[in-house]
Amino acid sequence: MSASLTAKDFASEQEVRWCPGCGDYAILKSVTRALADVGATPENTVFVSGIGCSSRFPYYIASYGFHTIHGRAPAVATGLKLANPELDVWVVTGDGDGLSIGGNHLLHALRRNVGLNILLFNNEVYGLTKGQYSPTSRPGTRSPSSPGGSFESPVSPGLFALGAGARFIARAIDVDKAGLEPVLKEAHANEGCSFVEVFQNCIVYNEDVFEHFAGRAHADERQIRVEHGQPLVFANGEKGLAMDSKTFTLQVVDANADADRVLIHDETNSSLAQLLLSMHYPEFPVALGVIYRNPATSFEQGFYAAHPTGMKRTGKIEDALRNTNTWWVDGSDD
Amino acid sequence: MEAKQISSTESIVVRFAGDSGDGVQLMGTQFVSATALSGRDFATFPDYPAEIRAPVGTTFGVSAYQINLGARPVSTAGDTPKVLVAFNPAALKVNIKALEEGALIVLNTDSITPRSLTKAGYADDPRKTGELDSFQVVEVDLTQMTLEAVKDFGLGKSDAGRCKNFWALGLVLWMFGRELEVVEQWLEKKFAMNEAVRESNRAALKAGHAFGETAELAAAMPQLTTAAAEFDPGEYRGIRGSEALALGLAAAAELADLPMMFCSYPITPASPLLHQLARMGDLGVGVFQAEDEIAAACAAIGASFAGAIGVTSSSGPGVALKTEAIGLAFSAELPLVIIDSQRGGPSTGLPTKTEQSDLYLAVYGRNADAPLPVLASSSPSDCFDVAIEAVRIALRHMTPVFLLTDGYLANAAEPWQLPDMNDYEPIETAGLDENSTADRKQQLFTRDPATLARPWVAPGTPGFNHRTGGLEKDMHTGDISYDADNHQAMTHLRAEKLARVADFIPPQQVETGPESGRVAVVGWGSTHGAIYQAVRQLIKDGVDVSHIHIRHISPFPRNLAELLAGFDQVIVPEMNSGQLATVLRDKLSLDLIPFNKVSGQPFQVRELVAFIRDVLNNNQADKVVTMAQGER
Repeated sequence: MSASLTAKDFASEQEVRWCPGCGDYAILKSVTRALADVGATPENTVFVSGIGCSSRFPYYIASYGFHTIHGRAPAVATGLKLANPELDVWVVTGDGDGLSIGGNHLLHALRRNVGLNILLFNNEVYGLTKGQYSPTSRPGTRSPSSPGGSFESPVSPGLFALGAGARFIARAIDVDKAGLEPVLKEAHANEGCSFVEVFQNCIVYNEDVFEHFAGRAHADERQIRVEHGQPLVFANGEKGLAMDSKTFTLQVVDANADADRVLIHDETNSSLAQLLLSMHYPEFPVALGVIYRNPATSFEQGFYAAHPTGMKRTGKIEDALRNTNTWWVDGSDD
Repeated sequence: MEAKQISSTESIVVRFAGDSGDGVQLMGTQFVSATALSGRDFATFPDYPAEIRAPVGTTFGVSAYQINLGARPVSTAGDTPKVLVAFNPAALKVNIKALEEGALIVLNTDSITPRSLTKAGYADDPRKTGELDSFQVVEVDLTQMTLEAVKDFGLGKSDAGRCKNFWALGLVLWMFGRELEVVEQWLEKKFAMNEAVRESNRAALKAGHAFGETAELAAAMPQLTTAAAEFDPGEYRGIRGSEALALGLAAAAELADLPMMFCSYPITPASPLLHQLARMGDLGVGVFQAEDEIAAACAAIGASFAGAIGVTSSSGPGVALKTEAIGLAFSAELPLVIIDSQRGGPSTGLPTKTEQSDLYLAVYGRNADAPLPVLASSSPSDCFDVAIEAVRIALRHMTPVFLLTDGYLANAAEPWQLPDMNDYEPIETAGLDENSTADRKQQLFTRDPATLARPWVAPGTPGFNHRTGGLEKDMHTGDISYDADNHQAMTHLRAEKLARVADFIPPQQVETGPESGRVAVVGWGSTHGAIYQAVRQLIKDGVDVSHIHIRHISPFPRNLAELLAGFDQVIVPEMNSGQLATVLRDKLSLDLIPFNKVSGQPFQVRELVAFIRDVLNNNQADKVVTMAQGER
């Protein structure tokens, strides 16, 4: 047990091969710092990924790692976690890997509440295959496969997770270490499946796609950092979120004039989580932080509790073979 | 009706047939239980439609269960039934063609109405047209008799009528001189909590039995006798292929002293294996029902990565979906067992019918060069040993292994002399060399000199944390490598790994007949029983013929080429269009004669006998005979 590992101890010796300026570098730094801070050990930590730029992540972490096949990381990680629930298993995926080809596995990992920390790097584009529109791309996205602009309706990662039955949903921005690191630690502390959407900037194929709210210049005005038990306020406390009970929608109010109307964040309220996850700039600020947390028994806990022997071998094959009608043939007669 | 004794010293084939909802399969399995305890050898063949409850009274909705019982060796479910129990006209219509001349038909007369006759495609009542004249027909008012027998137990009319399979079972058990105890014990266990159902079925069973026994009918009712089989001394049980496979997998986990994670998705006809293993938790088996076939394969790979024995199972369409994941396990050199319970194809094909058409899929069916060991089980009980062998190869050689079985084997049953677990070697895993002084990273890719397997080092092992995946790896460090020479060398290494499996498998034996001669009949999988019978019969008639049955299809046993060279001609019967034949030509450059049947029905012994004789008589090495369709 190495008591005082640092972020550097979690950086592997591999040369990192993301494009210069890619948001993944910042996420990698935050993840290694978070691992050190939570007292993770390289031998008991596993990073599992699928295919795509984000899925190269495991190579750069000095833990165990498994770079699997496109979209299937949650399924591989589920088998891994079931076989050894003691492991600290992280899944790194992207919007294409996790929500297109692997949407089914993500759905089921979330609804089963498998004890995984799933980090979905959303950059609204297929990077590794050179810039096609993805399932999170906004309509009108021009790309090599949609030269006239895409026309598909995008999926919202957070709402997808909520609909799938996720018990922990958080959001952060790649370069915002003050926002990302605490979220990673909270995700790690949650026993079931933790889903973290990271808004990640693809500098080559989709540069600044989140700049309208992620840019530092407007961060206060256009982002709201939610915290359980605290008022939902932003813009240096000038504005707040209130409920319009007639339309069952949120509205932005003056946090001072309408102070009594400003909602208090309740991270266990899934209806509120849905409203927060649905907010878009410019009508609303974009919600960041732990938006929903409502812990339940994890899949592996349920699995071992339901298993007749907790996966221990208590029976013998010799007996199992005879767990039916058997008969003896005597050698002496015919 | 004239009294008639039907007896056979060798064996009798019995077929029960009715609507999907008539309980025919249950009747069959209960009849087998009673038969097994009486010392007869048996082989069974459940033949049922894909629909759970197909429309009542239709020919396509007929479900059947065939049992061949008698003196050993009974190795197939039999060609031509000598007894048919038909629950309705459709069952009669579908099955009458297959019957032996003079066969006994027990016909449920309650079911014969103008409407049911029309549904079955009969213009007139077959009892009046003379088409049943060559058979011995016993007419029974089955529904009426059943309702009468169970009237005191409080079931509604519909539920009461459902007991008719037990009434019929009672009658058939009487015909064969069997006791009712085993069936009664089963009823007590199965319906312990439901007295009305339990007692009604018991009453129906006894009533059917008594019907046979009743003095005034005894003269008219035939009783059937078969010789008791000659078994080696020992303890026996009845076993279905899926049970043997499940027990074999659990036995392998015990022999390896590792947990097993069985990851599967429901599919016909592979699901019985999932059900069996779900009840074997105390043997260190965990069952994960995944969201799809791909997830099942991937979860099994994740479990293997974690140091457990990962197993996934499906049928053809599902295995096709697992293909990419299997390639990952191959590339990452992780153990994995893939069980394919083959069924008729292509696509959804014939889910409940049997076929051997996934051999190409197992041997060749992956992107890029990804050769894997492939094994096939040849009888229900053989599934036990093949399962152990598949796990042994996967763990010793650090590779995915294909195990081919099929719908026929999964559901067919036979008596099985229980193995002594002390006869099995423990299963060893490829571990780290504890004395190595090499760099830890290099130790992870220091290969066993005999198998070329890399060590299996699971997460949680301090000091050996490493990354793996589907990208090409440097031969010495395991790091990602796009180097041209390295890829060439790794491709060669992976092929050599497979080739070396042959150093660990037993030489191919001739199963029946001389070691060399005029004709070798080479089979694999569930055709074993039919080929065995056909060859045995021909040898008895003085024909120079041998039976060779291949368990290890990839790689082949080292002596196979030499062995087959000792025969003038090689006949390869398969329930596909010639897949083993292709592999034999590919690997051994062998000239052979394929014999193919793709009707969804198993080979009949007489078909094989006729074909082999035909080849011998014409002495044409290039004769290719393809059956257009099966018997039905």
